[in-house]
Amino acid sequence: MTTPTLDPPAPAGARRFGLGDRVFSSLAQLAGLTILIALAAVFVFLAIRGIPGFSADKSIYGPGSTNFWAYAGKALFGTCLSAVIAMIIAVPFSLGLALFISHYAPRRLAVPVAYVIDLLAAVPSVVFGLWGARTLAPALVPTQDWLNAHLGWIPLFGGTPYSAGRTIFVAAVVLAIMIIPITTAICREVFAQTPRLQEEAALALGATRWEMVRYAVFPHSRSGVVAGIMLGLGRAMGETMAVAMILSAGDPIVTFHLLTSENPQTIASNIAQKFYGDNIDIQSVLLATGLVLFVFTFLVNFAARGLVARSERRLS
Amino acid sequence: MNTTSLRRAIVPGVAAIALAASLAACGSSDDDTASGGSTSASSGGSSSNLSGSLAGGGSSAQEKAQEIWRAGFGANNSGAKITYESVGSGTGRDNFISGSYKYAGSDSAMEADEIASAKKTCGSDPVEFPVFISPIDVIYNLKGVDSLKLDAATTAKIFNGSITTWNDPAITKLNPGVKLPSSKIQPVHRSDSSGTTDNFTDYLHQASSGAWKDEHNSDWPLQGGAAAKGTDGIVSSVKAGAGTISYADDSGVQGQGVGIADIKVGDKFVTPSADGAAAGLAASKVASGTPATVLQYEINRTTTDPSTYPIFMASYEIACSSYSDSGTGALVKGFLSYIISEEGQAAAAKNAFSAPLPSDIAAKEQAIVDKIS
Repeated sequence: MTTPTLDPPAPAGARRFGLGDRVFSSLAQLAGLTILIALAAVFVFLAIRGIPGFSADKSIYGPGSTNFWAYAGKALFGTCLSAVIAMIIAVPFSLGLALFISHYAPRRLAVPVAYVIDLLAAVPSVVFGLWGARTLAPALVPTQDWLNAHLGWIPLFGGTPYSAGRTIFVAAVVLAIMIIPITTAICREVFAQTPRLQEEAALALGATRWEMVRYAVFPHSRSGVVAGIMLGLGRAMGETMAVAMILSAGDPIVTFHLLTSENPQTIASNIAQKFYGDNIDIQSVLLATGLVLFVFTFLVNFAARGLVARSERRLS
Repeated sequence: MNTTSLRRAIVPGVAAIALAASLAACGSSDDDTASGGSTSASSGGSSSNLSGSLAGGGSSAQEKAQEIWRAGFGANNSGAKITYESVGSGTGRDNFISGSYKYAGSDSAMEADEIASAKKTCGSDPVEFPVFISPIDVIYNLKGVDSLKLDAATTAKIFNGSITTWNDPAITKLNPGVKLPSSKIQPVHRSDSSGTTDNFTDYLHQASSGAWKDEHNSDWPLQGGAAAKGTDGIVSSVKAGAGTISYADDSGVQGQGVGIADIKVGDKFVTPSADGAAAGLAASKVASGTPATVLQYEINRTTTDPSTYPIFMASYEIACSSYSDSGTGALVKGFLSYIISEEGQAAAAKNAFSAPLPSDIAAKEQAIVDKIS
């Protein structure tokens, strides 16, 4: 029983500090650190270059605003409005698609559908911008006219619809299409992680498929789904090129009309449009709005994570 | 099997590195001979063989023309490596003043303080003159209306929103015999910062006799209204919309199927043309009080001569009049000579749809270029 051959833990312990492990562990640490450093560097860059923008001359903030917070606030409003509409469209679609792929579709169908959706994520945003401005906007003009005619009593659909169609509504639809692949991919993965035993237990208790999804899959994947939605929201708020090319918006304004020619500007698209102009004084203002967006996305993420953590605690 | 696949990966890799290294060596040896050995370049730069590298940038309106000029100049000067980054006029001037660009393109002329800072960087007077003239068209899309005549005051009122329908008396008076509908006018402006907006608002300000209050501005000075990014975005918005009107560089408008308005100059209505824009520059006053190597124009938008077209952009080239490195000086001299040469201007006119410089202005500019060392 006490033969020395039965003593493998010692060499294994020694192996734990082998060269390969040490190299790999330091590489992994380095990778983790690099992200933090990059994030800090972006923040410092925005802060240093943006600080003069917080108190620039009144005339620099354009015709509609007289101080930085009014200017940045209006642009932030546009960012939030377009992102929220995009999420309203994209989230139900993404959840449905993800469920379809992970639980409903036969394998033969699920694999190609998943593949095509992943491909959608690889389309560059300029292409989405061109398509949105050239094809989708004119194509959605009848839809927007219809919404305006029948639901115009709701302020969101009020006003005079824009004949060229390049409204924040179309921009949000394109944003939704852009975030669907990201959100779907993550939801699909977490749905598939549901323990098989729990699913089968639910079915064995007489649950229908939908009840099984509701009582076994959704509770199990709640935090993953929120993470997927957050990633999508992050992309929607940061998307630049597609929005800049589609949206008919100049100086940032606040309006809740979604279908008119006067639309709120988003922070990212505002930076892209004004940065390379004749007036370089505005660059610091634009960088400062970038800082605002940076901090705001951070806060949104924190809030979302806090919410998930709280609901998870309540569940357990 | 493992070794073969490894070898397969390594062999081309090594070959590529070796190739890159040898190319880099060639490149650097080129540069060495360049800065010392380039000969003096007089006008045209067609016979000389200049080499070396030159970094510049600025106005995005000039991007296409710069591409053409680089190609044309490179055909006779194969050793010359010229780069142009279209980072916007403001950043272009800023980078020139900070010394990171050896030349810059700008849609607006330098202010006095910028000239002073540039002088400090160059150690000599800066050089500046217009090289790229581009007409700006007032374009519209109105069903059943193929020709439209406008004057400055009416255009200003359309764009500031005080005229809202197409059959407004101010428009019908200018267009006798044209049946104008009672539909709404949808003006569209550039959402991005641009020299086109700068020159268009300058025209409205100068010529509308008070109807347009704001000074020229590369960012649209009014709040609200429809907008689109870039000439391309403007043209496609006007085309897709109904009753839309906007302004765009002539180069982006031709063949797009949108209406182009004739503009009232004196008592005649003038169709936008390259010749009209060039004549417009020739009819403008040269700004005074600048160094002898700086040729700036105060563009006269209120001319009454019907051979001129008053809405156009004159984009400038900026350089130093002497460089510490004689190779760079010779290269700038050669390149700028090519740009303002008949050949260079004709190439830009053909491919970037600009207006060729009037010959007397080109001669003035050549005299400035000859002083570059």
